[in-house]
Amino acid sequence: MNPITPIINGMAITLKHMFMKPVTLQYPTERPKVAARFRGLHALNMYHDKAKCVACYLCPTVCPAKCITVEAAEDANHDKYASVYEIDMLRCIFCGYCVEACPVDAVKMTETFELANYHRQDFIYSKERLLEKQ
Amino acid sequence: MGIEILGLPMMYYIAMVAKVLVAFVFVLLTVAYATYAERKIIGHMQVRLGPMRTGWHGLLQPIADGVKLFFKEEIIPSQASTFAFLVAPLIALIPAFITFAVIPFGGVIEIAGYKIPLQIAAYYDTTARQVFDVNVGVLYILAMSSLGVYGIVLAGWASNSKYSLMGGLRASAQMISYELAAGLSIIAVFMLSGTLSLTKIVELQSGMGGFEWYLFKQPLAAFMFFICSLAEINRTPFDLPEAETELVSGFCTEYSSMKYAMFFMAEYANMVTVCALTVTLFLGGWNGPMAVAVPILGPVYFIAKVYFLMFVCMWIRATLPRYRYDQLMHLGWKVFIPVALVNIVVTGIIGYFIN
Repeated sequence: MNPITPIINGMAITLKHMFMKPVTLQYPTERPKVAARFRGLHALNMYHDKAKCVACYLCPTVCPAKCITVEAAEDANHDKYASVYEIDMLRCIFCGYCVEACPVDAVKMTETFELANYHRQDFIYSKERLLEKQ
Repeated sequence: MGIEILGLPMMYYIAMVAKVLVAFVFVLLTVAYATYAERKIIGHMQVRLGPMRTGWHGLLQPIADGVKLFFKEEIIPSQASTFAFLVAPLIALIPAFITFAVIPFGGVIEIAGYKIPLQIAAYYDTTARQVFDVNVGVLYILAMSSLGVYGIVLAGWASNSKYSLMGGLRASAQMISYELAAGLSIIAVFMLSGTLSLTKIVELQSGMGGFEWYLFKQPLAAFMFFICSLAEINRTPFDLPEAETELVSGFCTEYSSMKYAMFFMAEYANMVTVCALTVTLFLGGWNGPMAVAVPILGPVYFIAKVYFLMFVCMWIRATLPRYRYDQLMHLGWKVFIPVALVNIVVTGIIGYFIN
């Protein structure tokens, strides 16, 4: 086998690639288009200015990473609601089971993927912070 | 103009200093921007963008790199031989730059009635009406390029680290074996030119609109010389002394800050020199259309050719993986040296029958 032609073929390929459009995304200035069903940061859905969540405990039960903490309470109308709803983003594996399990469509996943923080406690998202991300 | 020092007019010294400065600054700038060009070209060949952040399309990247390296901490390993460790980058860098002294980068230009050949180590004699340069120019270049290996070997040995030593050993073995093949392939050129002076070699290639280039008379020698030179200056695919995947960073593992930058500069300066030498020996030097009539075009053609060859170096780097050590030695000793010897014999026989 002659050793020259493969080298020439390789050089032709690299030259061809030089004139292709680069695939690089200039990240902080250019934003990636996330898919429609992307599983990013959670958010709690609202209904009449209140969280839809009825504190049924299905999401902490189904959660494989055990990152959801829910505490139920009773409001003025004697309805069950979640007085505490926390998600630990350091444990969450973004599997989306909580969204699937929810019987009242109270929890969803947004397109937010930039979840870096400076302190460990900042990774624990409280109910207020999850509601803000509507 | 009237003053003479050592029998040479004042203008000679002024022109000499100017030429040295221009050539040195040119090589330094080329070295700085070759790093940028390499990153850009290889980036685009890999369908990436390369540096984009510092300045417009990353144009200030080499300056940013330089400033960063300049302010980095200088680390000398406690077990290193300090003097040799400090001197090694200089020994690598200086031969890379002084080789440029004999390379003609243009024809003869006339300033205020004084004729200046565009080659650092050259002098235009008004009575003989011709350029005198170093008549063993190519030997000088071969000597300087073999000096470069000392810097690398010394760096490897003085660092007192096994990776550096391996890098240094590989560098010496590789450079010595490929120098032979490179030297033998140049001999075929001398057999045609009959002179070692680079100015004369360039003049001999001036005719026939580029078809007098030794590239067309000695294609095999040109090809082999370029490949062997790549091996001699440790460019990919022959970058075994650095071999990042095996030897961390080879001979410059223990080096930091400006000393590391010096090795880097030496590598790129060597690349410029090797490309300039290949242009001079095989691609007609500064010759090109109208180069004699319009002297300023000479350096333009020369630079264009050198930059094209540097692009080829980067192109090769983007394409080929590194040679294995035994394959490298096999290629040097069992392929290039015999082929170069046969090339000399064939050139001799053909030359004998033509004359």
